[in-house]
Amino acid sequence: MSSNDSTSKTLFVAFAVSIVAAIFVATATVMLKPVQEINKALDRKRNILAAAGMLEEGKSVEEQFAQIKTRIVDLRTGKFVEDMDPEKYNPRKAAKDPSSSSKLTPEQDLAKISRREHYSIVYVVEDNTGDIDKVILPVRGYGLWSTLYGFVALESDANTVAGLGFYEHGETPGLGGEVDNPRWKAMWPGKEVYRDGDVAVGLIKGTVDPSATNAPWQVDGLAGATLTSVGVTNLLHFWMGEDGFEPFLNNLKAGEA
Amino acid sequence: MDTIKDTLTGPIFKNNPIALQILGICSALAVTSSLKVTLVMCLALTLVTAFSSLLISSIRKQIPGSIRIIVQMVIIASLVIVVDQFLKAYAFAISKQLSVFVGLIITNCIVMGRAEAFAMKNPPIPSFIDGIGNGLGYSVILIAVAVVRELFGAGKLLGFEILPLVTEGGWYNPNGLLLLPPSAFFIIGLFIWGLRSVRKEQVEQPDFKMARHTAVGEGA
Repeated sequence: MSSNDSTSKTLFVAFAVSIVAAIFVATATVMLKPVQEINKALDRKRNILAAAGMLEEGKSVEEQFAQIKTRIVDLRTGKFVEDMDPEKYNPRKAAKDPSSSSKLTPEQDLAKISRREHYSIVYVVEDNTGDIDKVILPVRGYGLWSTLYGFVALESDANTVAGLGFYEHGETPGLGGEVDNPRWKAMWPGKEVYRDGDVAVGLIKGTVDPSATNAPWQVDGLAGATLTSVGVTNLLHFWMGEDGFEPFLNNLKAGEA
Repeated sequence: MDTIKDTLTGPIFKNNPIALQILGICSALAVTSSLKVTLVMCLALTLVTAFSSLLISSIRKQIPGSIRIIVQMVIIASLVIVVDQFLKAYAFAISKQLSVFVGLIITNCIVMGRAEAFAMKNPPIPSFIDGIGNGLGYSVILIAVAVVRELFGAGKLLGFEILPLVTEGGWYNPNGLLLLPPSAFFIIGLFIWGLRSVRKEQVEQPDFKMARHTAVGEGA
């Protein structure tokens, strides 16, 4: 054993093990990357469909996704951008890069995301005549432990919610994690976002009284998950507000997007 | 053949890594709220333990003592990354749920514990079997914990409804505590108690005994 402990042997073993391990890991990663990319893209598409309430089990996601158009919106002007390829644009990367995102002041930053990208990918569902039927907007914001990433689908009036869902979060299973509960998500369709021009939609503590005048803007809070509930309300207020998609939605309604 | 069988089955009840050695508790708390996720985690851990033991054992005579831990870590970490990559490619939904815990197999005490305690001193084949055995020992406890937690915490097993919940029109009011990590502590504690009641030899001797104090104070 003593010969093993010489300096040269130690260096040799360290080097050899590292090389072999590096080759092994790199090979596996490179070989599996294409399959993983397909999975990720598929998962995203499934979530987009689910948010819009268009996901049908048993049918291929790709096939169903064919009815959805992917567009890029400039969040600063609220207009569609035609000269960018959605396939090549990565909003998450853009949000970290100072040249393609803007820093939010603490007053603006309701969703606690610190930077907002200039361009966002939105998904548009058109009806048979080519008019916009639904628009699906990506949203994100901080809950209790994690940033929640999800989609909000709005009807053609750019006010009525068609659905909502989160595809990535790290909230407590059983409490904040109930944002994934289909029963809770089923409360969203039909709710309204704006009231007299302001974002009014939000989660309340307890159960919504359907006869209350505020009921169309309210959704049941998640039991035992106050901070996640507040986070969801805040992220909706941010993304539906003037620093989020409000200019775009206004343009869309006016037919100027 | 007896030794091989002992190496394989010993860690399941006689020398269970969780119940007797109290290793690998953190992932036992974290991933056991759903049975499906638990099964994947058990499989991942068993594979990593078995293959890391095999590889470490096969180069054990070449590893310098001064860097043996880091060499073990490199091998274990590489295997874990590859397992994680495989899950992301072929079991995407589950890998999303397991998230960071697959990566944390690297720091699972069972894997390193077996590498250091067994694989460094034994030939490759017994080391491989020892890794499988310890993975199974870990799995037995995790699966049992997961069954209790998912069944009584969510009324389901593997996602199928067993006890209809009150919130969905049934009669069962789930115990929310079971879905939170601390519940695994209680369940594992009960298992250890049960196991040691049956197998008395597993009860640890106390390190010291309380005795009446013998100092005679002036005021006493």
